[in-house]
Amino acid sequence: MYEGAVQDLIDELGRLPGVGPKSAQRIAFHLLAADADDVRRLVDALTQVKARVKFCEVCGNVAEEERCRVCRDPRRSPTVICVVEEPKDVVAIERTREFRGTYHVLGGAINPIDNVGPDDLRISQLMSRLADGQVTEIILATDPNVEGEATATYLARLLGPMGLRVTRLASGLPVGGDLEYADEVTLGRAFEGRRVVHG
Amino acid sequence: MHVSHLSLQDFRSYTQVDLELEPGVNAFVGPNGQGKTNLVEAIGYVATLGSHRVANDAALVRAGAQRAVVRTRVVRGDRASTIDLEINVGRANRARLNRSPVPRVRDVVGILRTVLFAPEDLVLVKGDPDARRRFLDDLMILVSPRLASVLADYERVLRQRSALLKSAGGPRRRGRSTGDDAAGSPDLRTLDVWDAKLAVLGAEIIAVRQRLVVGLAPFVDDAYDRVSAGQGRAEIAYRSSLASALDLPETDFLPTVAEIEAQLLEAVSRLRPKEIERGVCLVGPHRDDLVLTLGGLPAKGYASHGESWSFALALRLASYSLLTEGVGDSDDDFWVADSREDGEPVLVLDDVFAELDVRRRQRLADLVAPARQVLITAAVPGDVPESLVGVRFDVHGGEVTRVAR
Repeated sequence: MYEGAVQDLIDELGRLPGVGPKSAQRIAFHLLAADADDVRRLVDALTQVKARVKFCEVCGNVAEEERCRVCRDPRRSPTVICVVEEPKDVVAIERTREFRGTYHVLGGAINPIDNVGPDDLRISQLMSRLADGQVTEIILATDPNVEGEATATYLARLLGPMGLRVTRLASGLPVGGDLEYADEVTLGRAFEGRRVVHG
Repeated sequence: MHVSHLSLQDFRSYTQVDLELEPGVNAFVGPNGQGKTNLVEAIGYVATLGSHRVANDAALVRAGAQRAVVRTRVVRGDRASTIDLEINVGRANRARLNRSPVPRVRDVVGILRTVLFAPEDLVLVKGDPDARRRFLDDLMILVSPRLASVLADYERVLRQRSALLKSAGGPRRRGRSTGDDAAGSPDLRTLDVWDAKLAVLGAEIIAVRQRLVVGLAPFVDDAYDRVSAGQGRAEIAYRSSLASALDLPETDFLPTVAEIEAQLLEAVSRLRPKEIERGVCLVGPHRDDLVLTLGGLPAKGYASHGESWSFALALRLASYSLLTEGVGDSDDDFWVADSREDGEPVLVLDDVFAELDVRRRQRLADLVAPARQVLITAAVPGDVPESLVGVRFDVHGGEVTRVAR
């Protein structure tokens, strides 16, 4: 145990995800040794992020204005909505530069163990976005694990009767890899989701 | 396949040991507590990434050491692979295949395949259903590695669904409002989704287990007959919680995955009020059992110690036969029946012969002699029948020496 301020800082850092007690201690002493200016910039960034960043009123993604960058962009098609769990998933899909529609960030997945039900996710906001009949396709891009699949199934059942095209991202082989190194689950999924190329 | 080299560092009682093993019979002989079982335990660990004796890896690392290293060379056909495993205390384990690190330790599972019988297997006959389910599931993964993830996903769905049932039934169990909140309760709207997941994954598990049991049954009968000298027939049958939930009549033909899925959905919808009341999942592969009968009577409770022991051994020997010979010409290509291409597994018999009389020892020896590689532990050399000629190692005080013969 350290005294006063140092221990307080270690405790606060230790509460961050992915930071254990040892890392917290290392970061704390790094900050102690750092220039006052560097520390001030960090403090500034932390204050700004809380003050300026809000969540897009349309899709729930992180934004600095009422609407996020994607929702403000007139070139993005409002007829296709890609549903993801977290803002970081938006970033991942944006990196592909393939998707020209808009997003909807749920803020998690259905997870009864952690007490997360459909009402804790931004599902009603998604439903109200569909009210004007402009949307023609929903792409379910939740994680391919048990909770993500359950969330996708729940949404598919909810959206199915509305006459929309509801699709799910394919699971399969990584590009540029060798077939023989694919794990059996991924390869099994790839078989299930195979496509006709001829005939 | 066979293991041609085993090297241990800080594993259990061993500081360092290097062994060259041969195809055929390898016998480890020495008094109790000298480290015989530790050797075969290490080989089992390489095959399954688990010990047959303890659930926690920490016990595998020699007291005082930071990590244990198990190195094996496995020969399949004319190809040899080396598997190096590092078992760390309080840190993730690491694995190398042919000297290169693998991204996930479990990538090395399935390169070495073993069937291991140990005195602990008595629990298969005398213990609770979970031991028998684990026996079937372990065999299932050996037959079709993909199913490991189906089992893991099912386990996860079960935990999620149980959590949901508990929170949904909570207010009622505590005697608060009943009435119309049942259908509209926010929790229960997602229960249908979990029901569907349980049915899809559960159906696959039940279907594979049922087919495994059908494939195993004749081998169990035969193996039991050999090691017990014909006192009543040993039979196995899969008893699913579905059958009692739906009052299904007994049939001779196996339902398809789709049929089982439909039955599971029907069963969970019938049991829903009860499941909410009790907060547990009442039907599915996690409530099933492998029923063992001896001369028409349940083995658990009726079988003597010797009979139970022979039955447990018969289950392991039958697994070995199934993995070696496949399940015959099934037109049901549901799972790959023929796993011979992977090379027959290494058979490990820990402390088996001491429990058998001379005649049964001989019969067991005849049964296992043709195996590609058999690893045997015994306390006294006389326990191992003469006909099982092979390599002998003396194990004494953590020293293993090959005996010239």
